[in-house]
Amino acid sequence: MGVRRRPQRGHRYAESPVLQLALQGWRSRTVGLLLMAAFLALVARGFYLQVINNDFLQEKGESRYRRDIEVSASRGRIVDRHGDMLAVSTPMKSVWAIPGDARTMSAPQKRQLAALLEMGERELDGKLASDKTFVFIRRQVPPETAARIAALKLPGIHQEKEYRRYYPTGDMTAHIVGFTGVDDKGLEGVELAFQGSLLGRPGARTVIRDRRGNIVEDVGAARPPQDGKDIRLALDSKIQYLAYAQLKNAVENHKAKAGGAIVIDARTGEILALVNLPTYNPNNRERLTGAQLRNRALTDTFEPGSVMKPFTAALALERGKVRYDTVINCAPGRLTIGSATISDAHPHGALTVAEVIQKSSNVGTAKIALTFPPKEMWELYDGLGFGQAPNLGFPGEVAGRLRPWKNWRPIEQATMSYGHGIAVSLVQLARAYTVFAKDGELLPLSLTRVDEAPVHGARIFSPQTVREVRSMLEMAVQPGGTAPKARVPGYRVGGKTGTAYKIENGQYARKYIASFVGIAPVSDPRLVVAVMIDEPSAGGHYGGDVAGPAFSQIAGGALRTLGIPPDAPIQVADARDAKEKL
Amino acid sequence: MLRFNIFLLVVVVICALGVVTSQHRARKLFQELEGEQERARQLDVEFGQLQLEMSTWATHPRIEKIARERLHMVTPDAMGRVVPAAAKKGGR
Repeated sequence: MGVRRRPQRGHRYAESPVLQLALQGWRSRTVGLLLMAAFLALVARGFYLQVINNDFLQEKGESRYRRDIEVSASRGRIVDRHGDMLAVSTPMKSVWAIPGDARTMSAPQKRQLAALLEMGERELDGKLASDKTFVFIRRQVPPETAARIAALKLPGIHQEKEYRRYYPTGDMTAHIVGFTGVDDKGLEGVELAFQGSLLGRPGARTVIRDRRGNIVEDVGAARPPQDGKDIRLALDSKIQYLAYAQLKNAVENHKAKAGGAIVIDARTGEILALVNLPTYNPNNRERLTGAQLRNRALTDTFEPGSVMKPFTAALALERGKVRYDTVINCAPGRLTIGSATISDAHPHGALTVAEVIQKSSNVGTAKIALTFPPKEMWELYDGLGFGQAPNLGFPGEVAGRLRPWKNWRPIEQATMSYGHGIAVSLVQLARAYTVFAKDGELLPLSLTRVDEAPVHGARIFSPQTVREVRSMLEMAVQPGGTAPKARVPGYRVGGKTGTAYKIENGQYARKYIASFVGIAPVSDPRLVVAVMIDEPSAGGHYGGDVAGPAFSQIAGGALRTLGIPPDAPIQVADARDAKEKL
Repeated sequence: MLRFNIFLLVVVVICALGVVTSQHRARKLFQELEGEQERARQLDVEFGQLQLEMSTWATHPRIEKIARERLHMVTPDAMGRVVPAAAKKGGR
């Protein structure tokens, strides 16, 4: 426009010959078009970036400052009924390396790292020589050591959080609590049985980090971590310790191969203690053998022997076949059925039913058993839970062996009445004895604490029958019975001994399993205690001599721990006995 | 009209600055919260470790050993126990 204005004065630009040149019109149009095209290209590019490719670019941008982080959750604790720790997780670090980067470490750095991790330099070099992109150098490193390693800022060395499980009670509760592997996976015992509830679920959150790596904002919905639930067992760690110490004593005194003990609360069916020997330290599981790992009380069956006799007697009483004082002729201590002969360890004459149990006469029990058909006896054993797994949810619990009654021959029925030809686990045996403690009801067992009382089970016997059997059991620990050593001073206790031959390769070997199952106190039963000693080889092999004293110590201690008042007058002789034991 | 527009412009600028400062303050506070939560987690871990230590010191075998060997304690025999009358009645 300015070009056309003609200045009043001065040079007449319009008269410049250059401006006089007539340019072709297309040139200006071409320039205009090119400029427009360039703008269009910009708009198109803008559209492409802002609209078409928006998501991708947004994501790229966010990835510069947004981070997804995992929030770890810890595994639940296992505590006993009073809240004492049995298993607890604490955080540890695992140190790992990218070998390619880590090989650039200088020699003194390597030496420092090896020293902190308490490993040889050669071992460290061996791990770094790997051609993988990820190698664990050491797992479960204590946090303090890990912090010192992190402070060295070594190239290619990284750390990750993990947990380590500790078992403060160690070998005492090893079989019931079990243990976990490195990845928080339950491998044995309660750790495996309750894996589902113990396991924590890690949470996740998305955050914005600033230049210094600080978290400045939460973005979107965070998923909070769910810590694993704590499991409260029925176990009473005091009683557990008592049972452990006394069983260990008994196994050592009698040079036995193994042993097991169970204490059950007779009112609720809770397992207050469960011990197996030999045992192991779950905190240090190097050099672990199968024999140590066996949870014998649950996974091993044995022929129980005489401890089964009270059930036979109770069935006969219940059916009205005999009375408490019916006399049975057990002379001359032998009984021939078909081609087989059964005999008593010590021959007896005529005994009442109560005395048959008290003195543990095989002949007397067999005679009682042969008064009813096999089917009734099978139904009794089946009803008591023999031949069925106890359903505690424990790994490896066994059902035992109870053959169908149709194949029973009379001799088998006779031997089964005193506990041969049938295989049971110690847990099954202890559970079956709850019928004598709970007025005829068979209680379901529980590993975890039971808070809602009272617990009821299937009725097997009438209260009257049970009262009579209880007094027979009490007679067995009186002078003249098979287990006077099982008495507990100040309390009325009852129980039955068992001495059974072990079967090896289908033959009875001259090896024994001594057992004792008892209830205490008899006037108002609170506890069922079962003790089993495998292959006692010193100081006798009878249940009353081997397992009886252990029962007395465990039951006595447990009654005192639970604050159960004595129900028997204390005799001076008892007191003297007690003093000798201490 | 122009004056009103200038007034609005000033208001917008002030608001914008306010947003920036409050955002900054929110982030500062968030960092603080984050730090405190981290501390809480660490204290929780320490609590767990102390509990573990306590239960290790309080294992029954250790207690029994100290009671018997260092303090010379003994389990009272049956004659040495006194049962309160109430417990006796309640137990039956």
